[in-house]
Amino acid sequence: MATTTPTKTQNLVGRRVRRQEDPRLITGTATYVEDIKMPGMLYAVIVRSPHAAARIRGLDTAAAAQAPGVQAVFTGVDVEGVGPVPCAAALPGLRVPKHTILASHRVYYVGHPVVVVVATDRYLARDAAERIEIDYDPLPAVSDPEKALAPGAPPVHPEWPDNVAFTSHTEGGDLKQAFATADLIVKQRILSQRLIPMAMETRGVVAEWRAGEKHLTIYSSTQIPHLMRTQVALMLGIPENHLRVVAPEVGGGFGSKLNVYAEEALMGFIAMRVNKPIKWIESRRENFQVTIHGRGHVDYAELSAKKDGTITGLKIKIIQDQGAYHQLLGPLMPALSVLMMPGIYNFHNVEADIVGVFTNAAPTDAYRGAGRPEATHVIERMVDILAAELKMDPAEIRLKNFPSSDAFPFKTATGLFYDSGNYAAPLRRAMDLLDYSSAREEQREARSQGRYLGIGVSTYGEICAFGPSPATPAGGWESATVRIEPTGRVTILTGASPHGQGQETSFAQLAADALGVGLDDVVVLHGDTSVVQYGIGTFGSRATAVGGTAVYLALQDLRVKCLRYAAHLLGVQPEQVDFEGGVFSSSRIANNISIKEVAQEAHVCRNLPPGLEPGLVATRFFEPANFAFPFGAHLAMVEVDQDTGETKILRYIAVDDCGKVINPLLVDGQVHGGVAQGLGQAMLEEAVYDDYGQLVTGELMSYAIPKAQHVPEIECERTETPSPVNPLGVKGVGEAGTIGCSPALVNAVVDALSPLGIRHVDMPMTPQKVWRLMSERKPA
Amino acid sequence: MIAQQFDYSAPESVSEALSLLSSQKGSRLLAGGQSLIPMMKLRLSTPARLIDLGRIAELHYIAEVNGSVRIGAMSTHNQLETSETLHRKCPLLAEAAGRIGDVQVRNLGTIGGSLSHADPAADYPAALLAVQAQVRLVRQGGERTVSIGNFLVDAFTTALEPGEILYEVIVPVDQTGLSSAYLKFQQPASGFAVVGVAAQVAVQGGNFSVARVGITGVGSASYRATAVEKALEGRPATTATIEAASRLATQGVEALSDLYAAADYRAHAACIYTRRALGAALSRAK
Repeated sequence: MATTTPTKTQNLVGRRVRRQEDPRLITGTATYVEDIKMPGMLYAVIVRSPHAAARIRGLDTAAAAQAPGVQAVFTGVDVEGVGPVPCAAALPGLRVPKHTILASHRVYYVGHPVVVVVATDRYLARDAAERIEIDYDPLPAVSDPEKALAPGAPPVHPEWPDNVAFTSHTEGGDLKQAFATADLIVKQRILSQRLIPMAMETRGVVAEWRAGEKHLTIYSSTQIPHLMRTQVALMLGIPENHLRVVAPEVGGGFGSKLNVYAEEALMGFIAMRVNKPIKWIESRRENFQVTIHGRGHVDYAELSAKKDGTITGLKIKIIQDQGAYHQLLGPLMPALSVLMMPGIYNFHNVEADIVGVFTNAAPTDAYRGAGRPEATHVIERMVDILAAELKMDPAEIRLKNFPSSDAFPFKTATGLFYDSGNYAAPLRRAMDLLDYSSAREEQREARSQGRYLGIGVSTYGEICAFGPSPATPAGGWESATVRIEPTGRVTILTGASPHGQGQETSFAQLAADALGVGLDDVVVLHGDTSVVQYGIGTFGSRATAVGGTAVYLALQDLRVKCLRYAAHLLGVQPEQVDFEGGVFSSSRIANNISIKEVAQEAHVCRNLPPGLEPGLVATRFFEPANFAFPFGAHLAMVEVDQDTGETKILRYIAVDDCGKVINPLLVDGQVHGGVAQGLGQAMLEEAVYDDYGQLVTGELMSYAIPKAQHVPEIECERTETPSPVNPLGVKGVGEAGTIGCSPALVNAVVDALSPLGIRHVDMPMTPQKVWRLMSERKPA
Repeated sequence: MIAQQFDYSAPESVSEALSLLSSQKGSRLLAGGQSLIPMMKLRLSTPARLIDLGRIAELHYIAEVNGSVRIGAMSTHNQLETSETLHRKCPLLAEAAGRIGDVQVRNLGTIGGSLSHADPAADYPAALLAVQAQVRLVRQGGERTVSIGNFLVDAFTTALEPGEILYEVIVPVDQTGLSSAYLKFQQPASGFAVVGVAAQVAVQGGNFSVARVGITGVGSASYRATAVEKALEGRPATTATIEAASRLATQGVEALSDLYAAADYRAHAACIYTRRALGAALSRAK
């Protein structure tokens, strides 16, 4: 695929510009938390509970404290002064267990931190950790959310014996009427299994305390440095402006680093206590056990319709597995699912109930898609089940139920306003790419030979570009400062915190176009609270739509100021100045002046225009008036091995609409990665706890993530419906692939197996599971 | 994920390695490190000393010698997979090597390390059983050669005695008229075989004259599916014969059970993969 080597005069927005970030990532020269080394640095190893539920009867740290190299040992009692791990979800009636940074009397899940050992190197710390003796009194545990709700289940938190963390009820329209007048109602239980986000870089924290300045610096592999600074300062009881949080290179997050964990405050506490820098790097096993998990939904759905396929209403009950504690946004995940449960269909009657359930398991929270994959999976499965019941084609029933493209903004039954859309366009394009009618013909032919060929249709909509502040727990705006340095170089400081999305490139493209500079003239700084003005962070497919817009606005301000400056220097009126290719000129005079010369003048200030201040800095904040709502169609063609239940993906087509595109190469990359993770959920991944609360898929030998060999060629195209919510017209694409993918694959497998009367398969669709379903249905 | 402290030696000859091995209790041999190092990082294995065989040049070779192919223990999976000699003289082994783990594992992992570790789902044993390979084991002042079947005792258990090193694998080159195939149902997380079937057949006068089937991943040790072989030999080389014989793939074997594949499913998959491996071998014969 072609890439562009830009020159200064090119319009870069819209081009496949290679990532500015890649050379350092590919050559292994980027700086991650683990690469930070400081003189006198100590290392921490955390001793964690092997039990899912137990009382701590006794704790003996004496032998560890005496071990070679050990500088300190801390237990729950020592850190009682540190505030709890925060949850920002302010739901009415939410039960919030006190989430201390170390357990003191009781543990609630496998991996619960109990003791931290600090030594001069990580090997000695690890050796000493083996000398910690903890006397546990194991208790019955429950890790399955439906079992946790059953009468007599072991209470996760004794103060709430029903294990209910919260409930909520949402209504829109008149579902009773819709159900009473429906020709049919289809019902299905649908599982969105627990997943492990599995960033390639595990979490890690370095903390450095400067006692004289009373200043703490925390380096953390995080998506939200500013929010973390506020929260950790509160936890530690230090002034926020005495804390600096730095997110260095972050090797993947997918939501798992959209959080404030115990370890940031814990390392800050230790650095202040021992007065030396300290490092903790999460092991892969810890990452499995204690970093948040995603999904964990059981959904009971009912969809009502008319005989002609017109959908009239949806009733949904979500049982959300919260795990043992609430992390930052956990309880909001099923609420996001409810918002998007109607999908992109034109019906207005919805009732939704959520039960959040405590279990003896790792907390669940945002994982790529965060509530929307679950919602999309349910509605896209239900539409297919309805189509099968009515013997309608799954593409046809969707086309019948889309709102027309002139119905936007489209008000949904859950109270959202979809900003813009043309839902039929990507589906029709995807059907053309597949050659849908030939594919159906091929399927008929295969079936006549007894082969199980299936075509899966998924048309998703998602809510992203988070978002209007009143609809978010900690502000939905974003910030940007753009500076033109005296030499004409451009520095962009964004409040977003990119960690793989490529905004060092896409924001530089915006700057290059606005100011006529080269890509290499631009540096994008992010992720350091001492360098960058306050911002919210990167998650929810928001960084370009919200953060990019703030950058765009600041660039426009600077461009205007430069133009006024140039006009003054050229001796003409601003409206008489043209700006192209980085050069200001006027048809009235022969002289011209480059933006680099203007930059120099604006800093030496020998000829300051009246009414202008020196310097070339602009700071803008952008508060979006609405979310943006990308959409698209994913089609999958699969063949299921009738002997073994193995699924082969023959074609995968993704036609996405994420509004205007700044860099198609970045968008393709996001779709590819998203589809791979959606495929992981559909085919391979599941965090399985046993009846004792042990995570039995607790390592990469047993938890299957998609590898290159598992991912088919993804045929990627786009339609382009600009968003009216921001001046760039962009919507967001970070999560689209994950959201569109899993229903496409499951619908394809179910379609393949439909001759056996199978109408649903839960994820992951492992060969064994599919084989058992086939074996039950096959005539003996 | 942090190993306990250990000593490390990197001898440059087998004799030096043998003397180190007998001089300190708790020593373990390090070959490609694809199993031992992860076990050490999880502290499931805590050797007092590692003897790294990586610098012993005499253990790196794949060569045809007197009617057999001899494969030095430190030959990597990738070297087997791409060996011209093996492709000509024993393509089954090259095919099996190419299905191990992933590219990174195949670049580091070795045949000697894999066999000595004796994972019940490793790929090599199926192929080596089918081709009736032997292994040569050396010790200070002696050596012995044992059949692969006798070498692989049980899961993670071999015939290696303390002080012994697996020196080479010997594959007989008597492949005239034989055709083969290795088919693997791969566990997507570990890359190991849920079922791996190595089949080697020869056809004379329309009948199977030779049939050898090695199966890995199914039982606690890889095995020759002798019931399948008996049901093939002397019978018409047809899919019907294969179909019937393959049903005997797990006869006398208790199938392993785990989260990914319970015993009944694994046994079923073994029969299917046996049928397909035999079918592939037969089609290559034609």
